[in-house]
Amino acid sequence: MFRTRPDARPATVEVLVEGTPVLVPEGASAAVAVLLAGLSAIREMPVTGSPRGPLCLMGVCFDCLAEIDGVPNRQACMVPVAPGMRIARQRGAREARP
Amino acid sequence: MPPRTSDAIVIGGGLVGAAIAWGLRGQGLETVLLDEGDIAFRASRGNFGLVWVQSKGLGAPWYQRWTRGSAGEWPALAADLGARTGLDLALQQPGGAHLCLSEPEFEDRAARMARMQSEAGNHGFDYRMIRAKELREMLPGLGPSVVGASWTPYDGHVGPLALLQALHRAFTEAGGAYIPDARVTGGTAAPNDFRVETAAGAFAAPRIVLAAGLGNADLAPRFGLDAPVRPQRGQILVTERARTILPMPTTTVRQTGEGTIMLGDSMEEVGFDTRQAPPVMAQIAQRAVLSFPWIAELNIVRAWSALRVMAPDGLPIYDQSDRYPGAFIANCHSGVTLAGAHARLLAPMIVQGSLDPVLAPFSAKRFDVPHAA
Ligand SMILES: Cc1cc2nc3c(=O)[nH]c(=O)nc-3n(C[C@H](O)[C@H](O)[C@H](O)COP(=O)(O)OP(=O)(O)OC[C@H]3O[C@@H](n4cnc5c(N)ncnc54)[C@H](O)[C@@H]3O)c2cc1C
Ligand code: FES
Repeated sequence: MFRTRPDARPATVEVLVEGTPVLVPEGASAAVAVLLAGLSAIREMPVTGSPRGPLCLMGVCFDCLAEIDGVPNRQACMVPVAPGMRIARQRGAREARP
Repeated sequence: MPPRTSDAIVIGGGLVGAAIAWGLRGQGLETVLLDEGDIAFRASRGNFGLVWVQSKGLGAPWYQRWTRGSAGEWPALAADLGARTGLDLALQQPGGAHLCLSEPEFEDRAARMARMQSEAGNHGFDYRMIRAKELREMLPGLGPSVVGASWTPYDGHVGPLALLQALHRAFTEAGGAYIPDARVTGGTAAPNDFRVETAAGAFAAPRIVLAAGLGNADLAPRFGLDAPVRPQRGQILVTERARTILPMPTTTVRQTGEGTIMLGDSMEEVGFDTRQAPPVMAQIAQRAVLSFPWIAELNIVRAWSALRVMAPDGLPIYDQSDRYPGAFIANCHSGVTLAGAHARLLAPMIVQGSLDPVLAPFSAKRFDVPHAA
């Protein structure tokens, strides 16, 4: 569904989306990695459990929440990728960890 | 235009007014509830949601009894409102803890609780001072600075916005008339004959209840009553939702039914100022993190301030006008906790036409004591 523009920067950064390696351009966001990985959803809502994926890509809708490098509930569209970044599904409400 | 007439007028659509109005309607009175619009001071929309008993009424055991009575009415109130409206108020009354972060705090608290118990006399007052070792089994991830807590079985919490919504819905569905944008700007009083002017028209009734929160200070004198209440600001921070982890509320940290964790709440004498103050917010966060270090990992997603409705001695004011029988007033700084009493105990007294003697110590006449020369 999503492709990079022909003039886009080369995909040089490897990240893991739900454990699968994906190459994304430097400076792209974790949400872009999710979309390039072909996932339509990266979180499940805490109330209904219904699946959600990146939508606005500008920090407004919160539908891109993901667990990034072990930190839950991060807005994937606001986090630039870094080599080896682990982007995983956010399942419902996060756990608080005493 | 002739005024709209009814059996009772309640001024103020916050928790206090809505609870009383619903109680009056439940007793069969045709009741009109007059409220302001969105630009108003409304503690009922910015509070912490505790149904809290343990710290109420030091030196005033009648307040402790009234508060505990209200907590006792709460299960029936929540069940009734839930059944009528389908709203889940998320009421839980598992008991509650007041955490002490130093030895002196613990000693102070222990002395206070002992006094409450002795003042309670035959009515009894169950409490325990619990040391950190045992407390760690009751509350997950307490910080090293927590030395202990006071605990009573009477405390609990509820979703305060759901409560407000449920009271309004139950009231209107039972045939009550809620009139917003109807700030009371004037009126006339005679025994059992009241008339008020609002932007939404004039209203008349043989009974009137002033429950306008901070607005009562101006309204009361028109009806032969007195309400020397002042604003006291409180700020609250709220974290993102987390899976349920806290089994009971504490005075300043509670997890809501939805999973957010509320951190509260300051007590600031700043007049009618609802701005937020970062240094105070930092203090709130710091105390929360000293209590439960793992809270530091959670994102804060909302924060706000609201104004409490405070009498000079911090106790509620319930009164009836000597000059104009039929005029009543109700003010308090714990309108969530006292909603059970307001809907189920106070409203029937107002229908009867006189307040029960248990409420006599709450009369604003207590402030009339002449100053010594
Ligand atoms: C930060 C904070 C934390 C709190 N935490 C708790 C808690 O944990 N537990 C607890 O029990 N309580 C708590 N409280 C207190 C509780 O919120 C209040 O006691 C309660 O909301 C008071 O309700 P009220 O209806 O008297 O006042 P308000 O909510 O202020 O409502 C008054 C209403 O009257 C209307 N009004 C005013 N003047 C007029 C007029 N002239 N004509 C028509 N309408 C008028 C206003 O528009 C408003 O809607 C807290 C309060 C704050 C601020
Ligand atoms: S996609 Fe909307 S906030 Fe990230």
